[in-house]
Amino acid sequence: MAAASFETAAEELRAVYSSGKTRTYEWRVSQLKAMLKIALHHEKEILEALRSDLNKPEHEAFLHEVAAVVSACKVALKQLQRWMKPEKVKTSMTTFPSSAEIVPEPYGVVLVISTWNYPFLLSLEPVIGAISAGNAVVLKPSEVAPATSSAMSKLLAQYMDVSAVKVVEGGVPETSALLEQRWDKIFYTGNSKVGRVVLAAAAKHLTPVILELGGKCPVIVDSNINLTVAVRRIISGKWGCNSGQTCVSPDYIITTKDYAPQFIDALSSELEKFYGKEPVHSNDLSKVINSRHFERLTKLLDEEKVSSKIVIGGQQDKTNLKIAPTVILDAPGDSLIMNEEIFGPLLSIITVDKIEDGISLINSKEKPLAAYIFTNDKKLKEEFVKRVSAGGICVNEVTLHLAEHGLPFGGIGESGTGSYHGKFSFDAFSHKKPVLYRGFTGDVSARYPPYSPGKLKFLKAVLSGDIIGIIRALLGW
Amino acid sequence: MEGSESEFGGSLFGLRRAFRSGKTRGIEWRTGQLRALLKLVAENEARIFEALKQDLGKHPVEAYRDEIGVVKKSADHSLLHIKEWMAPKTGKLPLLLFPSRAQVLPEPLGTVLIFGSWNFPISLTLDPLIGAISAGNTALIKPSELAPACSSLLSQTIPLYMDTEAIKVIEGGSDVAEKLLQHQWDKIFFTGSPRIGRIIMAAAAKHLTPVTLELGGKCPVILDSFSASDFKVVVKRIVAGKWGACAGQACIGIDYLLVQQKLAPLLIESLKACIKRFYGDDLKNLQSICRIVNKSHFDRICKLLEEPSVAASIVYGGSLDRENLVIEPTILLDPPLDAPIMTEEIFGPLLPIITLDKIEDSIDFINGRPKPLTIYAFTKNEKLKNRILQETSSGGVTFNDTMIQFICDALPFGGVGQSGFGSYHGKYSFDTFSHDKAVLHRTFFLELEPRHPPWNDFKLEFIRLAYNLDYVGLLLLLLGLRRRYTRTGSL
Repeated sequence: MAAASFETAAEELRAVYSSGKTRTYEWRVSQLKAMLKIALHHEKEILEALRSDLNKPEHEAFLHEVAAVVSACKVALKQLQRWMKPEKVKTSMTTFPSSAEIVPEPYGVVLVISTWNYPFLLSLEPVIGAISAGNAVVLKPSEVAPATSSAMSKLLAQYMDVSAVKVVEGGVPETSALLEQRWDKIFYTGNSKVGRVVLAAAAKHLTPVILELGGKCPVIVDSNINLTVAVRRIISGKWGCNSGQTCVSPDYIITTKDYAPQFIDALSSELEKFYGKEPVHSNDLSKVINSRHFERLTKLLDEEKVSSKIVIGGQQDKTNLKIAPTVILDAPGDSLIMNEEIFGPLLSIITVDKIEDGISLINSKEKPLAAYIFTNDKKLKEEFVKRVSAGGICVNEVTLHLAEHGLPFGGIGESGTGSYHGKFSFDAFSHKKPVLYRGFTGDVSARYPPYSPGKLKFLKAVLSGDIIGIIRALLGW
Repeated sequence: MEGSESEFGGSLFGLRRAFRSGKTRGIEWRTGQLRALLKLVAENEARIFEALKQDLGKHPVEAYRDEIGVVKKSADHSLLHIKEWMAPKTGKLPLLLFPSRAQVLPEPLGTVLIFGSWNFPISLTLDPLIGAISAGNTALIKPSELAPACSSLLSQTIPLYMDTEAIKVIEGGSDVAEKLLQHQWDKIFFTGSPRIGRIIMAAAAKHLTPVTLELGGKCPVILDSFSASDFKVVVKRIVAGKWGACAGQACIGIDYLLVQQKLAPLLIESLKACIKRFYGDDLKNLQSICRIVNKSHFDRICKLLEEPSVAASIVYGGSLDRENLVIEPTILLDPPLDAPIMTEEIFGPLLPIITLDKIEDSIDFINGRPKPLTIYAFTKNEKLKNRILQETSSGGVTFNDTMIQFICDALPFGGVGQSGFGSYHGKYSFDTFSHDKAVLHRTFFLELEPRHPPWNDFKLEFIRLAYNLDYVGLLLLLLGLRRRYTRTGSL
């Protein structure tokens, strides 16, 4: 599509939005139901597309993508009426007599730019939020997962109201052309480099932006825990989540020098139970998305100071773009693997003398999207929750906070800005419009000129909520 | 502090160190600083009045109402509620995740930068600061150089009352602002024009810094018909909303007014009478009204009146006193809609009245223009009220009054579209400077094995039922009493 046609597309959406149809409850529900149908009736097609793009195991694809979209639709359908209701608020004496409410209104025409690692979920969950809030939407799926992109383009056109929900397929030129248009909100999922480009483009039109980025998510592993359960949860959150190509996957582990050998043994034996002796051939592991990322990952391992530190795995299959679950012990602080987001099946372990040192280690780096800790030490838990700044935190668990609609999901600092999921998705695409209602009684002359010292006295009393002072000022004392 | 590049680096480093020390996170520090701010305002009331007089010719009553009082009320409100704001909110979790506990914990963003504005140089600088402190951040504030007396007063007094390690003031103009923007902040809060807003946002993009932009726009009044007694109150509120706050140099001030043609003559006569009563009609001796902030803004406003077709539409006022920077309250009737006065934000004491056939036409009129910060509507017609709410978009809507939404702590204050984004006041100020951290607590007890590979059909079925929160089905499955999922089955 040429730049001019993007302009036309945006204008068409604006006209549809102005007609008011996307604002109605009925339209929103009809679109959410259509979305639900896509996920329910075309599961096979979607799972196949995900197999083709990422070799994603069906179970993973179902659990993380299809079922998550179904669940997001259902939550929205169930709660929408409540979300749309204006929120009554109490007003104070200062504005007496008055009443007030906060009315959520759609932003208008919004742009969702998605990513390739969960190409179905991370495209449609923001769209669910945008629709719930009554916006017209353009979705730009990632061209790096072409099968899913084209499946979504086809299915959305088939089921949804194409006059208000459009899919634009394409790569960098299409994205750049889209970003030149004026949008009322932009929702971007991806990396912080492109995040900066999106923000700078949005600045021209003063468009608010939500950035869902990533970062190096740390896991502190204390020694007083149920090691098997911890290790299984870590494996599930790392390799069981798209081979670590997940924004909330553990990036590095922090544990004590003394405990590291035991932890590595457990990790090694559980990994074998999950993925067999030759994990590069396991069908339960996703592949690396493409050869560019494959090379990026092998480069992290090829550094001499890193390759000598591999304690588990390391096998690679370049033709099938597979890397076995690989664990590196104590990579030096200046190595690439300790400075870039790994976003793949490599896990680094850093040892410290005292487990408490882990907190300062995490805080010395950029704020991650998620931070995890496994411990039964109450004090350490509290310290961790209080002192570690991250988008989200799990204690004795990894990645699971994502599945909880009651929790906002989003980053801070380098890991992004803004949040979504459940009601938070609705809020992400709504402007909360404050509305104040006044009557004509109780008009206070102190507000109006000509000003006098008596009026000053009165105002002082009103603004401090001092009833006696008000009476005194009124009586002229 | 007038700063060079290295000094900025130094004070930023100091602010970051203070934040890292953790002292600003405790409730004692926050309430201590809020109390210090209250003390600052109380003990320096006379100096603040004087500075506002110098910078803007602001009368003490207006100064108290729009500046000192606002700061005092905000700080009091924060002190009253800070404990409940800081408390983590617990979320309900599905049984499936049992045993676990979820909470949302507000945490400070870190070191924040606040740009004040010149029209309310005290309140629009200190009100955001109250939010930053309440949320436990360290902050650098840059007051506007266009209100120099207030800027210098803030930079002198703040270090005397507040924690100088955690709260700093830097004075200066755009060169200073530019240098500040090169550094990384955890949040930037800006009040001002859309043009500068774009620059701020572009600079923030380099560091992925979240921004709150409090901009302005052309805030319209929709005026329906009223009984004579109500109409008196309406007129007073319109005059107060146009000229009462900094002579129209206010982001939520009335910009223009929409009214039915047949009501215009009465409206104009009533406005004139009210203006005379409030401010007098002697240009050299106007009372209780601010002057224009400086020569360049004075010239900008005069230019809006220059075009002959616009000048011809003046029905009241129009006198100018460049030496004293005073512009008489001025009313225009139906100036051309393509003239700058109707396409740019006026931000001064001029009020264009636009007449319409039907008051309902005002909705299309407003929708044909960028989203304003506020829409004021004077009407008792519930249907019209509802249409305004549903069919227009603006930062906020106020029915049957002007300006007072600003002091309503229960409502978020902020724009949408060209009028900015992000909001503050009351709890919203706290939220603006906080990150809501999602926290999930789990134990090692009860591990759901179907979460983990190697995958098989049993596990897939388990996951299906779990997502449906079908606990009976799950139980049957676990007992081996449920038929496994087949591809033809539905959820």
